[in-house]
Amino acid sequence: MTAPTDPRLLLLAPGDSVLVLRAPVEAGEEILVEGLRVRVPKALGMGQKIARRPIAAGEKVIKYGAPIGSASEAIAPGAHVHLHNLKSDYTPTHSLEEARGAFEAAQGDRKA
Amino acid sequence: MTAGTGAPALRGWPRADGRKGIRNLVAVAYLVECAHHVAREVAAAVPDGAHVIGFPGCYPNAYAQRMLERLCTHPNVGAVLLVSLGCESFDRFALARAVAESGRPVETLVIQQAGGTRASVAAGRAWVAARAAELAAAPSVPMAVSELVVGTVCGGSDGTSGLTGNPAAGIAFDRLVAAGAACIFEETGELIGCEEIMAARAATPALADEIRASVAKAARYYATLGYGSFAAGNAEGGLTTIEEKSLGAYMKSGQSPISGLIKPGDLPPRGGLYLMDVVPDGEVRFGFPNINDNAEIAEMMASGAHCTLFVTGRGSVVGSAIAPVVKICANPETYRRLAEDMDVDAGRILEGRATLEEVGAEIFARVLETAAGRPTASEALGHREFILTYKSFDPIGPACLPV
Repeated sequence: MTAPTDPRLLLLAPGDSVLVLRAPVEAGEEILVEGLRVRVPKALGMGQKIARRPIAAGEKVIKYGAPIGSASEAIAPGAHVHLHNLKSDYTPTHSLEEARGAFEAAQGDRKA
Repeated sequence: MTAGTGAPALRGWPRADGRKGIRNLVAVAYLVECAHHVAREVAAAVPDGAHVIGFPGCYPNAYAQRMLERLCTHPNVGAVLLVSLGCESFDRFALARAVAESGRPVETLVIQQAGGTRASVAAGRAWVAARAAELAAAPSVPMAVSELVVGTVCGGSDGTSGLTGNPAAGIAFDRLVAAGAACIFEETGELIGCEEIMAARAATPALADEIRASVAKAARYYATLGYGSFAAGNAEGGLTTIEEKSLGAYMKSGQSPISGLIKPGDLPPRGGLYLMDVVPDGEVRFGFPNINDNAEIAEMMASGAHCTLFVTGRGSVVGSAIAPVVKICANPETYRRLAEDMDVDAGRILEGRATLEEVGAEIFARVLETAAGRPTASEALGHREFILTYKSFDPIGPACLPV
């Protein structure tokens, strides 16, 4: 890695298009991603991925030097890479994120 | 045998087939769910010496029959009590014969003939207590590292699993294979996307083809079911796709050449690294290949694993009946929350407090200590999970185990 990068970001293999967080970042923090200063809009935990370079819609995303799926939209450098912009080339990913969001929204309504 | 290295000398209980156990337990096997309660009550009389395994179904299944035969003759098992309701379809006669032929004491308790629940529990407890006392007094013999069979699974994976726990387990696997042990990794449904990298490590080109075919089968199977081998918690932990999870899981296999491809219940013929194909053959039936992590641990044990390395990021707490589980925690935050449930803190690699090589060496040492009798975290906490469900397999072909 040549350009300065936040020490919490790991590059796993030279050709990778994503970096991996080895410690959490807070919402609103500014971090350096290979020389580029980006504001992280929401808190990200350990193990989350950040784009290292621009990734076009439909392009394979590379981690560990191997494809881990295809970008479902264009991804800017420094952006969080996860379910919203990366899809499997094999089977779709099941998550409870929507269910959790709906549950928490309903709880918020009850408290309000 | 390991004098001078500081590693504990291994001792095992010899079995008639030449294998040796690192534990000497009574297996209490229920042959249908209807006999599960009686089996549990019987085993409770000897909490550390008797473990419950079994099969819940009332319909016959060749895979389940073979699995229970293998598990009841597992090297860690010294005696077997079969608990039957009496009217289930499981072939208790063939199972009792297979256990008897292995040289182990075996008894079949048929609840409908023994006078019901209370009488069956009393009779079973008396038999199990007597056998457990005999096993506790049985002499052990020296055992070499090369006689060990070690499995590995990962469960509750997150974005840290492939960075710390899995590659460290891979280093431990490389050391075990170098010492002559047999190591088994799985599962083909979590190696989707790794087929070409694995094929390149196969001992022969024909084995490479078998490996590619096993992963293609897994991809087809899961595509039909509509879900990958990927739980909601994997996504919360930063994993986005099955192929990303697979690449992390693949790291468990280390760097050794792949000696063979086995299916659940096949015994590795010699030391080396083996891939276990856990996805059923033929059209999709009976549902998901393995409905949870413990189904995979049971398959490792059926192929002779004395203990299983279990890498977790989110924080699995499970253990297993019969064979100890060594829990490797990949995520340092999880380790701090669940330290008592973990054997190895691999997440300290991420915080710069250890190297991969150091944690790999620690896992290797922990395997030897486990084999020497030291209880693992889940074992000490009394975890005895077990599950066995319906599956169907064709036998492996000749290319799967090249000489």
